[in-house]
Amino acid sequence: MKTIDARGLSCPEPVIRTKNALASGEKAYTIMVDNVTAKENVSRFAIHQGYQVSVKEDGEDFVLTLEK
Amino acid sequence: MKETLSKKETPMIIGAGIIIGIIAVALVYFGNPANMGFCIACFLRDTTGALGFHSAAAVQYIRPEIVGLVLGSCILALATREFKPRGGSAPVTRFVIGMFVMIGCLMFLGCPFRMILRLAGGDFNAIFGLIGFIVGILAGVFFLKKGYTLKRSYKMQPIEGGIFPVVEIGILVLLIAAPAFIHFTEADGGPGAKHAAIAISLIAGLLVGALAQRTRLCMVGGIRDVVLFGEWKLLLGFVAILVSALIGNMILGYFNPGFAGQPIAHTDGLWNALGMALAGFGCVLLGGCPLRQLVLAGEGNTDSAITVFGLMAGAAVAHNFGLASSGEGPTANGKIAVVIGFVVLIVIATVNSMRKSEA
Repeated sequence: MKTIDARGLSCPEPVIRTKNALASGEKAYTIMVDNVTAKENVSRFAIHQGYQVSVKEDGEDFVLTLEK
Repeated sequence: MKETLSKKETPMIIGAGIIIGIIAVALVYFGNPANMGFCIACFLRDTTGALGFHSAAAVQYIRPEIVGLVLGSCILALATREFKPRGGSAPVTRFVIGMFVMIGCLMFLGCPFRMILRLAGGDFNAIFGLIGFIVGILAGVFFLKKGYTLKRSYKMQPIEGGIFPVVEIGILVLLIAAPAFIHFTEADGGPGAKHAAIAISLIAGLLVGALAQRTRLCMVGGIRDVVLFGEWKLLLGFVAILVSALIGNMILGYFNPGFAGQPIAHTDGLWNALGMALAGFGCVLLGGCPLRQLVLAGEGNTDSAITVFGLMAGAAVAHNFGLASSGEGPTANGKIAVVIGFVVLIVIATVNSMRKSEA
């Protein structure tokens, strides 16, 4: 499973990194972000791309799992 | 926890945009300059002048709207556990970009927020601003696609994130106490003399700050996200403000369509466009418009706080060096500064796009 660490990045870089990663067409990805805005934006984008998104809080961070 | 698409998101940002448009028009009714219910660039510039960092007597006043925006965001972020002190993502670069964003805004005479309000007031010069703004955003998007990044920020101590909101409270105290060393534009002395009562401005700022924090409203993010991802959410907020302020202006008789004689505006289309292009480009490189920087600074983002200081430094430079436009039009110095700004931003964007992303 491919992991993207997008913690600390400014808008809209977490979504761009997610978009670039999804281009490889794998079934599942893990995306790490550290703020609610990025969590919302990455989730929205991934859902629009047909992925199911689940979120786990890891201390101050959010770990998003994207699955098709 | 499974994530689903929130059905509330779209009505929320449209609702927030409508309310913000109404508040902006109401602020003009209560005394703010025409088409300037809000203008982050103008208000930071006025505040910078009031603190004595520039001496343009016509534009000196501590704008409580700015204080309110930061604190409104801060209070809501604290309440929703979104207050997270962060920093360390290229602060000096952000400071410099902020300076040139301000120089671009003062060429046009308004930030992206005021550009919308000028459009809503019938100021057709802002159409050139909007065209430039879009071109500037496209330039920023070009570099984002090339891998542009200012690298990540890191967690900071709570006090580091809290200093900026506290500084804003200090500035508010200076406004209320009005000691002799704070400069205020004299009555009829220019835009700085036109303002709503302190309490009204402060409450307006608090409300808009909270709404913008909740909805992530960003004037540059709207167009950027449509181009990058086909994502319309933020642009709907932008459009809602425009429509709501337009209707408000029509009801109150503030809608005066045309090019000539528009309040605090000039008719040089090319430089209106270039000023906003510089601002739009810089805002994409920063990750958000001046309003969004204030809101993020309220959430404890110290990179955004540094950016706001950069905007203020840009305002001081713009007036000290004679770069800011006036109703008569742009200045020669201002044109040179905008051109230099494009060169600086292109260099910054290029250098920060060259490292291949480690993702």
